Amino acid sequence: MAATADAVLAELRERVSAAHRTRQALRLRGCGTKDFYGESLAGEVLDLRAHQGIVDYEPSELVITARCGTPLSEIEAALAAHGQFLAFEPPAFGADPSIGGVIAAGLSGPRRAYAGAARDFVLGTRLLTANGELLRFGGQVMKNVAGFDVSRLLCGSLGILGVITEISLKVLPRPRAEQSLRLELPAAAAVESFNRWSALGVPISGAAWWQGSAWVRLSGAPPAVRAARERIGGEAIDAASAQTWWDALRHCQLPLFDSRVIWRVSVPGAAPPLGLPAAPLIDWGGALRWYADPAEDADVRAMACAAGGTALCWRGAAPAGRFHPLPPVLARLHRRLKERFDPHGIFNPGRLLAGL
Amino acid sequence: MAEADIVAALRAFLPGDCVLSREEERRPYECDALTAFRQLPGVVVLPRTEQQLQQVLLTCSRLKVPVVARGAGTGLSGGSTPHARGVLLSCARMNRILEIDAHARIARLEPGVPNLRVSEAAAAHGLYYAPDPSSQVACSIGGNVAENSGGVHCLKYGLTVHNVLGVRGYTMEGEPLELGGRAPDGPGLDLLALAIGSEGLLMIVAEVTVKLIARPPCAQLVMASFADVHSAGNAVAAVIAGGIIPAALEMMDRKATAAVEPFAHAGYDLSAAAILLIEADGTPEEVADQVREIEQVLRSAGASTLRVSGSEAERLRWWSGRKNAFPAAGRLSPDYYCMDGTIPRRHVGEVLQAIERMEARYALRCMNVFHAGDGNLHPVILFDANDHDSWERAERFGAEILELCVQLGGTITGEHGVGVEKLNSMCVQFSPAERAAFAAVKEAFDPAGLLNPGKVIPTLARCAEYGRMRVHHGALAHADLPRF
Repeated sequence: MAATADAVLAELRERVSAAHRTRQALRLRGCGTKDFYGESLAGEVLDLRAHQGIVDYEPSELVITARCGTPLSEIEAALAAHGQFLAFEPPAFGADPSIGGVIAAGLSGPRRAYAGAARDFVLGTRLLTANGELLRFGGQVMKNVAGFDVSRLLCGSLGILGVITEISLKVLPRPRAEQSLRLELPAAAAVESFNRWSALGVPISGAAWWQGSAWVRLSGAPPAVRAARERIGGEAIDAASAQTWWDALRHCQLPLFDSRVIWRVSVPGAAPPLGLPAAPLIDWGGALRWYADPAEDADVRAMACAAGGTALCWRGAAPAGRFHPLPPVLARLHRRLKERFDPHGIFNPGRLLAGL
Repeated sequence: MAEADIVAALRAFLPGDCVLSREEERRPYECDALTAFRQLPGVVVLPRTEQQLQQVLLTCSRLKVPVVARGAGTGLSGGSTPHARGVLLSCARMNRILEIDAHARIARLEPGVPNLRVSEAAAAHGLYYAPDPSSQVACSIGGNVAENSGGVHCLKYGLTVHNVLGVRGYTMEGEPLELGGRAPDGPGLDLLALAIGSEGLLMIVAEVTVKLIARPPCAQLVMASFADVHSAGNAVAAVIAGGIIPAALEMMDRKATAAVEPFAHAGYDLSAAAILLIEADGTPEEVADQVREIEQVLRSAGASTLRVSGSEAERLRWWSGRKNAFPAAGRLSPDYYCMDGTIPRRHVGEVLQAIERMEARYALRCMNVFHAGDGNLHPVILFDANDHDSWERAERFGAEILELCVQLGGTITGEHGVGVEKLNSMCVQFSPAERAAFAAVKEAFDPAGLLNPGKVIPTLARCAEYGRMRVHHGALAHADLPRF
């Protein structure tokens, strides 16, 4: 197995080095479940699925290390066998994504507002650079401040700095108890409640609102979950229905995601409703708001900015790019980093930022 | 650029008391808490406002003068060791809490605000700021951002990087820069993650937005004794494997308990080879549940005695010993040198035994306190700075511990940073290409190389020299380490 992995890696290095020499753009791809995500797709496909397998998993260390092509389902099954999980609940779109794609996209599910984002769980990475070198950043330990935190920088980089070939992630034990509740509340009251409950230390691990209902997931020690349930009230949802709901939310499978145009708006968690006519799907306790088919003349970006946030055009034609535009000083830093890590611009050109 | 010209340029816009140029005024800034490294700065500035701070950077950038930022000076790796011809930029006077929003659970802070003051200010709302380095009474939030500081509660509550939502500040060229913010997961690369822990090499922070969390209503501490360090190490792994994430999980070896007990009167079991301190927090019912589970695991892991704090006073007394471990070292020896390696938890016993062998070899004593839950070791090497040979041995002893950490899959620094102290060890942990990547990041943010130059990233020449020196001192420390 190890010899096979080494051979696969050697071949990847060869392909990348050759691309660097000939200035051939490469489109880094795992299972291709997020081809829709990013500004544009360009270059010859570099299929990373063959570089797969869990390299190391020691439950008592709370760390798993896997090659980039490892299917997410394989990692989640290995963790589940020891009562552990990826607490950032990465979304999967349709099919099974690779862990490399999960980290390169850096997207997180409903637990993000409470347990942390994908980047919060990244402990280490191996990076195949444009000139074919294999670099290692971070490691398999919880605390590591030696050098800049390049591993976290790579999380969400959409592959523009190099190929993430291996990833070490912090994992957590599954909560002992979990209980979901549903309350009939208007959106503004729901967001207000989510924030108030968090300030009171209620052990929330998911808080969402959709079509008049607030959904709250409580996680933790059984007595803490029981006490919180009494405090919040609402209708207790049985485990299977709760699982169905949170999975649908996590993997973007609610009916809203059938819409033609979808905006993903990130705002401060306590922000009041944005001035858009349509009611959103709210996640992350108020910090993430999905809008479907806004009116033609609605300026979602301006609304997001006014609320102190940013807007990403998830689906549909995006004015001035899919991602929220970067301020000039940040765009310049992106360009300088890109130039230094990938001087010929071979990795996923234009995917994170137009012209980069 | 002559020093007098720099001083004149700074005095042109800074009030008189914000520029310290006389030698006796600059002297207190010659080192941080790692006093073995000293350098008198060219000039010290203490801006009071963000505008002044920006003006300092614009001026230094124009005159090509290096800038070293400093918070409270509690750093343990010489990260704010001044530059002889540079400006030492102290953020100590920018120490206002700008905003506490209890509903949104955030605080907006100037960089000089002491860590503990954030939690004190948030206490009225039942909230606090989780990262609690042991220097939290003094250390500043700006310094915490620079070092990605930890503390004893990281396993459950995370490091600085997990608790800072955004920073606002300036590039070396004086250009305003905002990374992260109250809205999560903004567009583009995660430059906030890069800035946190960048040890003042990438930008100067003028404002930090942190996350506040609800203070758990109750906490209890379990203290367990073990007859040997191996079983203590195994007990740590057993707790984690049992699905328990305690609020804190600390270990002290016998040398450490013996050092602190006469002075902290914590009530430690001095007959134990190692003790564990394990804290549970949450609601009273939750804590009772977790304490029961912890006791069960520790008993099966071979704890010889087990005690549970019966009162808040007792809990704090047990903690006082741990938190005073470094001052206690100061009572045992004229000087001490605190290391900061991290290892996978399963190697704890092995590392502690290796350190014991090194004690004999270097003829120096070393006590061990340890964030066991995170695998973060703090061996404290006792030496005498007046005896130059003793310091040199301490330095080599420390470097060897760090090399062992790297060899076991760990790192040379878990939370104290590289600074100037661990430049040589960086040569061991990172290949030339990896160090070149760090240099590339530095260049992207600070092309002129004026922010905290000479820290964190060792030069090729330095690493070559260090490689020769290690061979020169007899057998290579770890012959099986991959070489570069």
